Amino acid sequence: MKKRIFALTMAAVMTVGLLSGCGGGATETKAPSPEGNGAAAIKIGGVGPLTGGAAIYGNAAARGAEIAKDEINAANPDGLQIELRYEDDAHDAEKSVNAYNTLKGWGMQVFLGSVTSTPGVATSVEANNDHVFYLTPSASSTDVLGGVANPLTGTVDIQRKDNVFQMCFVDPNQGSASAQYITDQNLGSKIAVIYKNDDVYSTGVYNSFDAKAKELGLNVVSVTTFTEDTKTDFSVQLSDAKNAGADLVFLPMYYDAAALIFTQANAMGYAPKWFGIDGMDGILGVEGFDTSLAEGVMLLTPFNADAEDEATKNFVKTYQDKYSEVPNQFAADAYDCVYAIYEALNKAGITADMSAGDICDKLMSEFTSMTFNGLTGEGMTWDDTGAVTKSPKGMVIQNGAYVGMD
Amino acid sequence: MKKLRNMNPAVRTNFLTYAAVLLAFAILQPMSMAGKLSPTLQGQLVPVCAYVVMALSLNLTVGVLGELSLGHAGFMSVGAFSGAVAASALQNAIPSAWLRLTVAMLIGALFAGMVGTLISVPVLRLNGDYLAIVTLAFGQIIKSIVENLYVGVDGKGLHMSFLQPTVKLGEGGRMILNGPMGIPNISKISTFLAGFVLIMVTLAVIFNLVNSRSGRAIMALRDNRIAAESVGINVTKYKMMAFVISAALAGAAGALFALGQNTIVASKFDFNTSILILVYVVLGGQGKMWGSILAASFLTILPETAMMRDLRDYRMLAYAIVLILVMLATNSPVLKNFFGKLLRGKDEAKKGGVK
Amino acid sequence: MVIFLSRLINGISLGSVYAIIALGYTMVYGIAKMLNFAHGDVIMVGAYVCFFAVANYSLPPLVGVLLAMVVCTVLGIVIERLAYKPLRQAPSLAVLITAIGVSYFLQNGAQLLWGSNNKMFPVFLNGDALSLMDGELRVSVATVVNVVACVAIMLVLSWFTGKTKMGKAMRACSEDKGAAQLMGINVDTTISMTFAIGSALAAVAGVLYMSSYPILVPTTGSMPGIKAFTAAVFGGIGSIPGALLGGLLLGVIEIFAGGYISTQLQNAIVFAVLIVVLLVKPSGLLGKQIREKV
Repeated sequence: MKKRIFALTMAAVMTVGLLSGCGGGATETKAPSPEGNGAAAIKIGGVGPLTGGAAIYGNAAARGAEIAKDEINAANPDGLQIELRYEDDAHDAEKSVNAYNTLKGWGMQVFLGSVTSTPGVATSVEANNDHVFYLTPSASSTDVLGGVANPLTGTVDIQRKDNVFQMCFVDPNQGSASAQYITDQNLGSKIAVIYKNDDVYSTGVYNSFDAKAKELGLNVVSVTTFTEDTKTDFSVQLSDAKNAGADLVFLPMYYDAAALIFTQANAMGYAPKWFGIDGMDGILGVEGFDTSLAEGVMLLTPFNADAEDEATKNFVKTYQDKYSEVPNQFAADAYDCVYAIYEALNKAGITADMSAGDICDKLMSEFTSMTFNGLTGEGMTWDDTGAVTKSPKGMVIQNGAYVGMD
Repeated sequence: MKKLRNMNPAVRTNFLTYAAVLLAFAILQPMSMAGKLSPTLQGQLVPVCAYVVMALSLNLTVGVLGELSLGHAGFMSVGAFSGAVAASALQNAIPSAWLRLTVAMLIGALFAGMVGTLISVPVLRLNGDYLAIVTLAFGQIIKSIVENLYVGVDGKGLHMSFLQPTVKLGEGGRMILNGPMGIPNISKISTFLAGFVLIMVTLAVIFNLVNSRSGRAIMALRDNRIAAESVGINVTKYKMMAFVISAALAGAAGALFALGQNTIVASKFDFNTSILILVYVVLGGQGKMWGSILAASFLTILPETAMMRDLRDYRMLAYAIVLILVMLATNSPVLKNFFGKLLRGKDEAKKGGVK
Repeated sequence: MVIFLSRLINGISLGSVYAIIALGYTMVYGIAKMLNFAHGDVIMVGAYVCFFAVANYSLPPLVGVLLAMVVCTVLGIVIERLAYKPLRQAPSLAVLITAIGVSYFLQNGAQLLWGSNNKMFPVFLNGDALSLMDGELRVSVATVVNVVACVAIMLVLSWFTGKTKMGKAMRACSEDKGAAQLMGINVDTTISMTFAIGSALAAVAGVLYMSSYPILVPTTGSMPGIKAFTAAVFGGIGSIPGALLGGLLLGVIEIFAGGYISTQLQNAIVFAVLIVVLLVKPSGLLGKQIREKV
C-alpha cells in the first residue's frame, strides 16, 4: 500500500510539474527586449542541432548568426534592431517542429530555418503553412525547397514551398558541378566514390553526381558507402577504391568522416587525388588534425576561412575571439543569412510591429529581386525556385591552407 | 463512489485508467480546438499519443511477459513506413482522411505484427540479455533495410527496389520512399482524436488480454516459467501471442506517428528511440499501464517545456539529471522510506482531523 | 588471397578495439550483473582526458594514459556511489535506465565542457609493424598494440578474478550477494572496486580506440559502446575470454560483410550473423549455460 501511495504521489508531483511547465509555455510573454537604444526589435528565430552528434553544425550556425546580430545591432543603434533565438532540434525532424513551434510561441517574425536537411524538410512545411519567411543557411536538400524534380525518376514529388530560400548550394548543383569540374579539368581517369548512405546531404550529392557522371562519360570504378553506425573503419571502402585502381576519390561528405578516411588511407599507403564538396570545409580547423594528410585535397566551397578579404578576416577574428575556434561554412552561411535578411528588411521598409505574414510577402519579393554580397559569395541572387546563384570556388589545400584552384 | 471502492482492485485501476485518459482528452481537445494551447504543446499532441501507445505496447512485453526488448522502435519503424506508404498510395483511392488513417494504422499494425511473428522465433529460444541483444539486432537490421528501400507509385501500382534506386515509374508516377531520405512529403492526417482512440483501443486490448485466461498464462510464464510449463501452459503459444500483439500495437502507433509528421527517415527509429520507450515503461512501472501513459507524456513534453527550453545549453543535461533523480527517487529504499513516512504522517494527521 | 588476408588483418584490427571495450563491459556485467550503458561514455571521457594531457599540456602519451585511467577510475567510483549504489536492491531494469541517464549526462556534460567540435586525437602509434608482399599487406603498430593489449588485459583479468582474494570476493558477490556478505565479504566495496577496474579499463580502451579511429566528439563512445555490448553478448556475457573472442569475430565479420557483400548492408549483416549464432548457441560462444533449478 505504501508503495502505491508513493507511486501516486510521484505521479501527482510529475503531473503538476508538467502542467506548470505547459502553462509557462502557453503564457510566456517575454517583454520585447530591444537590445539597442530603445528601438523596436524584430524577432528572428533559428533551429539547429545544438546537442547530439550533429551539434557541431548547429552550434556553428547559431554562433555565426549571433555575431551578425551583434554587429548589426551595434552598427544601427537607431535603426531596426534584431532579437535572435536559436532552439535545439538534436538533428531530428520531430524535435525540429517542436523547436519551430516554440519559436512561434515566442513571436518569431522571420525564420532562419533548420541547419540540417531532414529537420529542414519538416520545418519548411510548417513555415510554408504559417507563411513565415524561411531562409536556411545550410539545409541543402532540394526537398527543403520543393518543386525540384527527383533525379532518379524525373518526377516532382514535392510542390514548391514559395517562401523557402537557401543560402547554401542545393545538393544536386554540387554533385553535377563536381562531375563537371572533374571532367573539365581532367582530374582523374578512374574515379571512386565513398558516400554516407544514411545521410540526406551525402546521398543527394551522390545521386546527382552519378547522373551527371554517366552523362559526361566519367569512368566511375568503385562506389562504396558507410553509415553513422559504421563511420569508424574505412578499410573496406579504401581497399575497394585502391584495388579498382582509382586515381581520384570523390568524397561527398562532412569533414569528420573525411579526416578519418585521410588518416586511414595514409596508413595503408594509398594516395589518390581527393575531391570534396562544401562539407569538407572545416577540415583544417579540426583541433589536432595533421594538415599534411589533407595535402592536395580539392574541394568546391563557397567559403574559405583563410581568405584575405576584409569581411572574412573580421568575421574569423570575431568568431575566434568569442568562441576560440575557426568558423566553418555553417557559421559563415548563417552570418550571411542574418545580413541578407537585414538588408532585405530595410529595403522593404519593414518595421518590428508587422506580422510575420506581411513580412514574408515583402521579403519574398525583395529576395527574388535583390543582389547580396556576403562572406560566401559576391553578387548572390535568388529566383523563384528558392535556390541561390553563386559560384563555388574550387579550392585546393596546399601547405595546410586553401589556395584557389583555377 | 461506493461502488468504485468495492470493486476488485485490478478492475478499479483499469477503470480509473480509462477515465483518466478520457478526462485528459476531454480537457485538451476543446483547448486545442479553441487554440488555447501553446504552439509547442499543440504540435506535440499526436506524437505524445503515439509514444503513449508505444510505451503501453512495450509494457506488454516488458511488464506482462517479462522479457527485455531493446528494439521496439523497429516495429514502430515498420508501422510508420508501411502505414505512410499506404496512406500516400491510397491518397486518390480513399479521399476521406480519417478512413485513410484507419487503413494506414491497420496496415502498419499488420506489417509490424508479421515482422513480430518472424522475430518471435528467436525470442522463444532465448531469454534475458541474450533476448535483449537479439531485439537490438532486429532494430538495427530493420533500420538498414528501410534505409535501402525505394518505393514509387504510378497508375499500375507500387514499384519497389532494394539497394539501388532503380524504380521505373510510368506516366504520372511519383516516388514515395527514397531510401535514406525517407518519405519527405507526408500529408498530415493524424489527429489528436485518432491518437486518443488508438490509446483507448490499446488499453482495451491490453486489459482484456491481461484479464483473460491467456493473460494469466502469460503472467504465469513471467513469474515462473517452469512451474507454468508443468501445469500445461503452452510456452510457445503464449509468449508469441504477447510479443506479436505488442509488435502490432507498436506498428499502429508508428503509422499514427508518421502521419502526424512532415517527414520521416529510417534513422529516427534507432536504438536511442527504443531506449527512450523503455525508459517510459520502467519509469512508469512494469506492468502498470497508467504509469506508462503518465511517464510517456511527461518525458515527451518535459524537454519541450518553456522551463526546460529556458535552460538553453543545459537543457539536455538537466533532462539527464531529472531522469537519474526520478529513477533514484522511485527505487531507492532510503528515499522511499522518507517519502513513505512523510505520507503516512499526513494520513494520520488527516484521520485525527476527521475524528 | 591477398585481399582476403588484408581484410582479415583489418577485421582483427577493428575487432581488437571492440574486444578491449567489451572486456570492461563483461567484467562489470559479470560481477555487478548490470548492463552499464554508460561504459561507452566513460571511454569518451578517458579519450578527452588523454587528448588534453597530450595535445594541450604536451605530456608524454604514457602519462596521458595514466591520467585518463586515474580520472576514469574516480569517475567510475563516483558514478557508482551516486547513481548505482542506492539501487542495489532495485530491479535490474531500474539500474539499466539509470545507466542510460548517466550516459546522457556524460555526453551532454562533455559537450558543455569541451564543446561539440571535432578533435583529432594525437597519433602516437603510427607506422607499420609489418609489411609483406610489397606493401600489399600491412599490419600497423596500432593493430599490434591493440591485439597485445587485449590479450594482456584478458589474461590479467582472468588471473585477477580467478586467483586473487579480491577477485574471488568479486566472483562470490556475483554468485550470491547475501551469502558473500555472510562470509564476511564487504559487498559494497567489492562492487565499487569492480566499477573502478572497469572504468580504468575503459580509459585504456578509449585511448586505444582513438589511436585507431582518431576523431573525438562527445558522442564518440555511444556506437562503440553498443558494438562492444554486442561483442560481449556474442562471446557469452560475463565470460572474459568470450569478450575477446566476440570482439575479434565481430570486427572480422563486419569487415568481411562490407568487403564481400555490401557496404550498404554491413551493419545489417553483422547483426544477422549475431542472431544466427545466438540461435545455435543461446548463451553466446563461450557463455555458461545456466540450468534453471526447479
